[in-house]
Amino acid sequence: MEAYIYDAIRTVRGKGNKKGALIGVTPTELARQSLVALQSKHQLDTSLVNDVILGCVGQVMDQGANIAKSAAQASGYGDHLCGVTLNRFCGSGLESMNQAAAYIKSGYRDLIVAGGVESMSRVAMGSDGAGMFIDPTLAIPGNLVPQGISADLIASKYGYTREATDEFAAESQRRAAEANAKGYFKSRIAIKDQNGTDILTTDENIRPGTTAASLASLQPAFQMMGAMAGFDDVALDKYPEVETLHHVHHAGNSSAIVDGAAISLIGSEEAGKQMGLKPRFKIRTAAIDGTDPTIMLTGPAPATRKALKQGGMNIGDIDLIEVNEAFSAIPMLFMDEMGIDSSNVNVNGGAIAMGHPLGATGCMLAGTLMDELERRDLNTGLVTLCIAGGMGIATIIERV
Amino acid sequence: MENIQDKLLSFSVDADGIGTLVINQTENSANLFSEDFIKRYVEVAHAAIADDSIKGVIVTSGKPIFMAGADLRALLEEIPDKGAFTQTILEMHKGMREIETGGKPFVAAINGTALGGGLELCLACHHRIALNSTKIKIGFPEIKVGLFPGGGGTVKAPYLMGIQTALMYLLQGIEARPPKALKDGLIDAVAETEEEMIAAAKAYILATPNPVQPWDNKKHRIPGGNIWTPNGVQTMVGASGNVGKLTHGNYPSAQKIIKVIHDGIQIPVDRALEIEARNFTAAASTPEAKNMIRTGFFAIQDAAKGKARPKDQPKYEIEKLGVLGAGMMGAGIAYVSAKAGMQVVLKDVSQEGAEKGKAYSTMLLDKAIAKKRSTPEKKEALLANIIPTDDPNAVEGSDLIIEAVFENVDLKDKVTKETEAVLGEDKIYGSNTSTIPISLLAKSSARPENFIGIHFFSPVDKMPLVEIIVGEKTEDKAIAAAVDYTVAIKKVPIVVNDSRGFFTSRCFGTYVSEGMFLLEEGVPAPMIERVATKIGLPVGPLAVHDEVSLTLSVHIFESDPAEKSASEKRSYAMVKNLVENHNRTGKRDGAGFYDYPKGGQKKLWPGLKEIYTPDVNAVSEEDVKKRMLHRQVLESYRCLDEGVLRSTTDGDIGSILGWGFPIFTGGALSYIDYVGMDNFIADCDAFKALHGDHWEVPQSLRDLAAAGKSIHDFGK
Repeated sequence: MEAYIYDAIRTVRGKGNKKGALIGVTPTELARQSLVALQSKHQLDTSLVNDVILGCVGQVMDQGANIAKSAAQASGYGDHLCGVTLNRFCGSGLESMNQAAAYIKSGYRDLIVAGGVESMSRVAMGSDGAGMFIDPTLAIPGNLVPQGISADLIASKYGYTREATDEFAAESQRRAAEANAKGYFKSRIAIKDQNGTDILTTDENIRPGTTAASLASLQPAFQMMGAMAGFDDVALDKYPEVETLHHVHHAGNSSAIVDGAAISLIGSEEAGKQMGLKPRFKIRTAAIDGTDPTIMLTGPAPATRKALKQGGMNIGDIDLIEVNEAFSAIPMLFMDEMGIDSSNVNVNGGAIAMGHPLGATGCMLAGTLMDELERRDLNTGLVTLCIAGGMGIATIIERV
Repeated sequence: MENIQDKLLSFSVDADGIGTLVINQTENSANLFSEDFIKRYVEVAHAAIADDSIKGVIVTSGKPIFMAGADLRALLEEIPDKGAFTQTILEMHKGMREIETGGKPFVAAINGTALGGGLELCLACHHRIALNSTKIKIGFPEIKVGLFPGGGGTVKAPYLMGIQTALMYLLQGIEARPPKALKDGLIDAVAETEEEMIAAAKAYILATPNPVQPWDNKKHRIPGGNIWTPNGVQTMVGASGNVGKLTHGNYPSAQKIIKVIHDGIQIPVDRALEIEARNFTAAASTPEAKNMIRTGFFAIQDAAKGKARPKDQPKYEIEKLGVLGAGMMGAGIAYVSAKAGMQVVLKDVSQEGAEKGKAYSTMLLDKAIAKKRSTPEKKEALLANIIPTDDPNAVEGSDLIIEAVFENVDLKDKVTKETEAVLGEDKIYGSNTSTIPISLLAKSSARPENFIGIHFFSPVDKMPLVEIIVGEKTEDKAIAAAVDYTVAIKKVPIVVNDSRGFFTSRCFGTYVSEGMFLLEEGVPAPMIERVATKIGLPVGPLAVHDEVSLTLSVHIFESDPAEKSASEKRSYAMVKNLVENHNRTGKRDGAGFYDYPKGGQKKLWPGLKEIYTPDVNAVSEEDVKKRMLHRQVLESYRCLDEGVLRSTTDGDIGSILGWGFPIFTGGALSYIDYVGMDNFIADCDAFKALHGDHWEVPQSLRDLAAAGKSIHDFGK
């Protein structure tokens, strides 16, 4: 059985800090507005939807106690609608789509809303604690370091300089600003208050006019942490051939901390007939792979190779690629490892410009990719993300 | 209850109903935290709690030291039944916890140093008052012997000090003076006099009829917050990061300290104490802890007391010392000797040189005064002990000579003759040579039986080891004198027999040499240096070689007439090429394996990659590690086999204190047991097949392995 993507919707992204536009909006509300928008867009018969799968990383406080079920209840779809929340860190939003596809393919479910949500302004990163990073019996023998150190380790090991990473970041901003101005983000919705007044109508973090030169004055974000908490040495102990850890990443060439939600509607062919909807895409294949947890963020290439192999494809068969811009060095390494240039990669910018709401990003990238494949009248797309703990995830979609 | 007076403690009650328990273990020189003592202590404390006429108890010491901790000797043996061992600890906690929750105030009146178990006894009291004395230290030194507090200290300290400060005390083994311990929350008050302390203790008892420990008090907030607060998370993440950086995972107890706090502080204290006990049993069972107790604690302590001296020799008194040569080494030797109260004649070729040597002491003392570690009075007294001179006759009347002139046989010959002319016939002549055989230098001496090597390490004021070298004709009296001198200046002596490079320089040289071979074989230079520090060596072999100077390496090789081995020729060829063709001479000239930019961090010289093409996969990291350590160890074993080393213990101590061989292995000879003798031999055999004869394992080691013996059975 095939798993079809009937649609995808994402919210605008607000800055994930105390001045951010969406700090007053709960993550449940972000997800609710997405669900409501999906229903009203298609006059969806909500009784057909079985389940809501949402990725969410910080599952405490506002996001605790299974936020997918909270969103399901808030959505007004009906009491029949179940919810499950999952956490594959930064890959969560894509993982929920992959799990939905697997449910559909197995015949266990007919129609699922799958996506993710994260309010990083309300539930700060790290609020959910962490066995892996805090339990010394895991952290010390594993040479575990915070992600920023891993990203700087990638840059140091593979020779991505401050200048090159800043260039990459400026290009992400340029592409996002252009796509935004030209209205390419068709699946994006605004967030409103209960009176119907707009709170935020565009991605708050896009900075048109950003240049490598304008980024040059930003201070490295992880230098002090690397020195004070010993992480530079912990990382280099694992990669002894690297002489020095160069701290190239900073707030401007790393993904922005934002709030946002995204969902997709995934179902069987039969479900589409019942809804009276034509599928936009089908999920051709999806894969994950694990890597060394110290360097942590090198997963996209191995996960992609695995997905390509499963699909009997090679990288040349992919028309457009979205690789999450967790840090500049991640897509740069991915392109080098896959032997491709940036002409078909993150063509409308990425998380450096628009932000990375951890649990939602995977689904956001898929939606952006779907819009752009259709706009360019192309067929095949790949979404891939690096994931904490040393994981990678990749999904290949195809137009129907 | 009746007054008590036994071999462990005494107990009495005053007119106000306040009991005083005085710890006084009459059969031990110091009060020790032992199973027997705790049993008795708990028994008496429980009796006091049961007696309605007693309002509370003051716990204090009848000895100058309150309590120094547990007897480590018991932990040298294998723990036969780990479950029973843990159970014994938990039984002890049961008794102590009944004191804590018994509803009657117990106050520790800390009138002397309380460390380890001694401090844990105080933590099981409700209130701690220490005498404000500079002689009193309070803290947890267990980490220094590869352990951590297993009597409740690891669990309880964070409640008092906060997680971050507690981690600092536990991980660094901080021993604090009372005012600092007060500031950091480990004690509740300091008192200026014994009377004031006892009065304050009584006042607390009368004012606090039903005390509750912080860890039993639901309203108590851990200073700085519990683990799952932003501050707590940051502390825990940073703790693992820094422990990872500093220990490279080589010291299991450092990790266990964080683990006990991590697992334990979130749950009720009695269950947390179980976690602590289980982890302590595991820590005490590690070879690392046993190595650190055996070598790091007992062996070094015994050596520092002069265990190596020939027993039948009378103590050799040194009032006047002649130091010949006021360079870096001579100046340092003068300082440490004057500090020990000796009259030091510091002789150089010129008065100016001698004065400059003395100025080194002035500089060190000024620094110490700035750090409040010395006083102007002490400075004057010490400087008055150093008499700079250019007159060779000024050393007349010296009890001991230490010659520290340039490493040149002819110069040393001249100095020996000139000095012996004025030195008493029964006095001892020591040479601080690091490279020239003592028996060769002794040929200049009219009295070779009194001629001995006294090899210091640089910088003399910091390095704790002295390598005493016995020449062919050196007699016991000279050995005793050199040992007595070393003990007097508070350094640790090892005694070795004469050989090229003696013990330390010879074995240390193999480390430097192996580092170069790895470089030549394509191992990236950063990898060599990083792996070296990862296995616990203080500095990478290339950086160390820069410090020694590449020019000096070439000079030593070329000026030594002895027949050289293939491996010596190989490293010589490499260094000579670097010096002559690339002008890389060492750190002093700012250009060796590293570049040394002015005011900046040293950085590996990029040109190395041109000479030795790097390949990450040239040698596996595991083999890089083994080759750097095994090579030193094999050479150390040869020293033992050839009789240069007189004991395995001397080899262990010399390697740890002389060149920073990792202490968790127990030292360069204990290392063979640590990695397994059979494994060690198999590795060396494999390396010999690949890399040549310098990996040849002596037959005696194979015999030892075949007999299933420990390295410490050598010669037995």
